[in-house]
Amino acid sequence: MSDPLFKALADPTRRVILDELTQKDGQTLFEICGRLTMKHGLGSSRQAISQHLAVLEEAGLVTTRREGRYKFHHLDTTPLRSIVERWPIQ
Amino acid sequence: MLTINVTSVFVDDQAKALAFYTDVLGFVKKTDVPAGGARWLTVVSPAAPDGVELLLEPDGHPAAKPFKEALVSDGIPFTSFAVEDVQAEYERLTAAGVRFVQEPTDLGPVVTAVFDDTCGNLIQIASEKG
Repeated sequence: MSDPLFKALADPTRRVILDELTQKDGQTLFEICGRLTMKHGLGSSRQAISQHLAVLEEAGLVTTRREGRYKFHHLDTTPLRSIVERWPIQ
Repeated sequence: MLTINVTSVFVDDQAKALAFYTDVLGFVKKTDVPAGGARWLTVVSPAAPDGVELLLEPDGHPAAKPFKEALVSDGIPFTSFAVEDVQAEYERLTAAGVRFVQEPTDLGPVVTAVFDDTCGNLIQIASEKG
């Protein structure tokens, strides 16, 4: 059980980022920032969102993929499995 | 009183840019005159032939390309155009071979999408919801 996972999930902005990646996987930084601002009123700077994504990436919840000149962020929920393995859902 | 009559996009090749902005996007060439080694080359929307002109500006300045690359790397469309229906434009342009990095996305008051203009830029199209 990794602490980075819980640290990543503890922040509300990071949970919203995961929600938005659940709605549509594979987004640029610009799209994530746009969704947070327009849909959630979260006016964080691009740098702040970039740092949130780095924390999510460290926890294994987000992976990035380069495609030509573009960079996309993808959701990976597999680290969450460790939670139900630790505290099984009956 | 100041008015905005022209705005610019930095393009890597003016001839290629003219083809893309007219043949694919549907703008119309307005002005094309030699200017040093390049051209003063503008296009307008057929819906507003006397409206704001878009200058297809060469990106030869050493700062222009790193600037463009940094924007693209973060997915940032520096230039945005209004459309009536983002989904319809997305379908029309995708059929024409245009590469979108953001599909039509509902952002509350607006719907937006982002595509690659093949000249080194990401361009956003947006429509306000009624």
